Amino acid sequence: MEQSIRQTSVKGWGVDLDAAQRPAVPMEHTPPGGTGAHWEQPEPQFSGIRVFQSIERPAMTHVYGTSAPPRGISGRMRAYAYEFGEARLARWMTLLAADRVDVIEGLVDDLQRGKIPNIFAEMGLGAEWKYNKKALVRRALVGASAVAAGAFIVSSARKIARII
Amino acid sequence: MLAMTYRGPYRVRAEQKAEPKLEHPNDALVRVTRSAICGSDLHLYHGLVPDTRVGTTFGHEFTGVVEEVGSSVENLKVGDRVLVPFNIACGSCVFCKKELYGNCHDSNPEATAIGGIFGYSHTAGGYDGGQAEYVRVPYADISPMKIPDDIDVDDALMLTDALPTGYQAAEMGDIKRGDTVVVFGAGPVGIFAARSAWLLGAGRVIVVDHVDYRLQFVKDYAPAEIINFKEIDDPVVHLKKITDWIGPDVCIDAVGAEASGSALQRLTGITLPLQGGAATALFWAINSVRKGGNVSIVGVYGPTFNLVPIGNAINKGLTLRMNQASVKRHLPHLIEHIRAGHIDPKAIITHRVPLGEVAEAYHMFSSKLDHCIKTVLIPPTAM
Repeated sequence: MEQSIRQTSVKGWGVDLDAAQRPAVPMEHTPPGGTGAHWEQPEPQFSGIRVFQSIERPAMTHVYGTSAPPRGISGRMRAYAYEFGEARLARWMTLLAADRVDVIEGLVDDLQRGKIPNIFAEMGLGAEWKYNKKALVRRALVGASAVAAGAFIVSSARKIARII
Repeated sequence: MLAMTYRGPYRVRAEQKAEPKLEHPNDALVRVTRSAICGSDLHLYHGLVPDTRVGTTFGHEFTGVVEEVGSSVENLKVGDRVLVPFNIACGSCVFCKKELYGNCHDSNPEATAIGGIFGYSHTAGGYDGGQAEYVRVPYADISPMKIPDDIDVDDALMLTDALPTGYQAAEMGDIKRGDTVVVFGAGPVGIFAARSAWLLGAGRVIVVDHVDYRLQFVKDYAPAEIINFKEIDDPVVHLKKITDWIGPDVCIDAVGAEASGSALQRLTGITLPLQGGAATALFWAINSVRKGGNVSIVGVYGPTFNLVPIGNAINKGLTLRMNQASVKRHLPHLIEHIRAGHIDPKAIITHRVPLGEVAEAYHMFSSKLDHCIKTVLIPPTAM
């Protein structure tokens, strides 16, 4: 397959060949005009919610996010996870497990608020219907067949068990 | 306000949520005008990033209009049109002072290895992101940039992450005149990395992926030679073969944790998250690059560890460079490239979707439906 491209045909070819034209060279560089900070240290943020802090830090950062505070069982699992350093697998696996528990807590929370989540809509399957209808129908048929086969096997097994 | 919220792996929805408030004297409240879905948002969407909590709002690529500023904000005022880099940077820590804004040490209490990022889990600071009508922007005097009048808002949106990350990927490759550069991944970042490689003086640019429509796009856009790895037996051997059996000078990993191409990597990195994602692209990059060559990594991986051939990297004398893009640092230079017509960022946008249809937008992007490359969400307040 002939794919060769003449570099001279590319507009702007080589304009940044000189290292002086490369904005992140050298990697560590003090900006002559400053960074925009007009403080030695930022003022601290205060909020009434629980925010976890890595044990690899001596103190809280001056600014932090306050989205989705820890809650329920998942929150307790997260608190446990943050007792480990960042190089420990226990920290990350516990957080992933907490994320899964949080999903269940989210469903319960929805139901408690009288909201029945539309899982299909949340999965965006409308896009699948719009752009990939055949594959969606095929998957639905395979799924329905699997459920029907499973039901048949269970029903047959019960009949055989009764006969025996 | 209307906002995207995460409900669990492969589940998001648009729903009403309380508007954010100023929480610090250097905060700004920004009304979002555009927000993009990034390829790295899919790692969150697929439930692979630890401490991704139900109810959080994603989105680290957005533009907007300043609605309110805190008492210490000096560089922005109400009504300014701004682009907001994905890095939350304090401007005063030891790393920000070296212009490593992607490595800020004072914006993420939950971890030290990664700086604060908008809408990217509590592992990156627990900030809500810009896939909403309004967003809180901390350290408003540092990263946000007023959008110049002659820069299109869609171009500005691409400057918040995808273009600087792609450019920095090429720059970290230390490309020299005439170098052969291989980019793994034909997503938005890979596309911009391929285009940037020419600006840095590459002699040959090759893009490897398995999605034909994306390969066709980058073939014309970068332009680049293309390889669909599913049509060849061994990408490493193939790349050696087409580079005089030496290997490319520079390899760029613009794929990250959800790479296809290796059943073992996918099993151990995704199905059973025993490693920080499937490191197939990085594996190929290290094994195919020439001895003494450079490997540049901007693909996102998880915080644990990955199966990569570090022994080969040592034996070949490779230079491995990697980082989150330091977006603020690249903006003036990339804006000049846009003005000069060297790069047309908005050309990669394939879909513009109302924020209310965010669930379908995520599914479309994740499943690569309708030849999707870059999806932009538009909040009702921006229509």
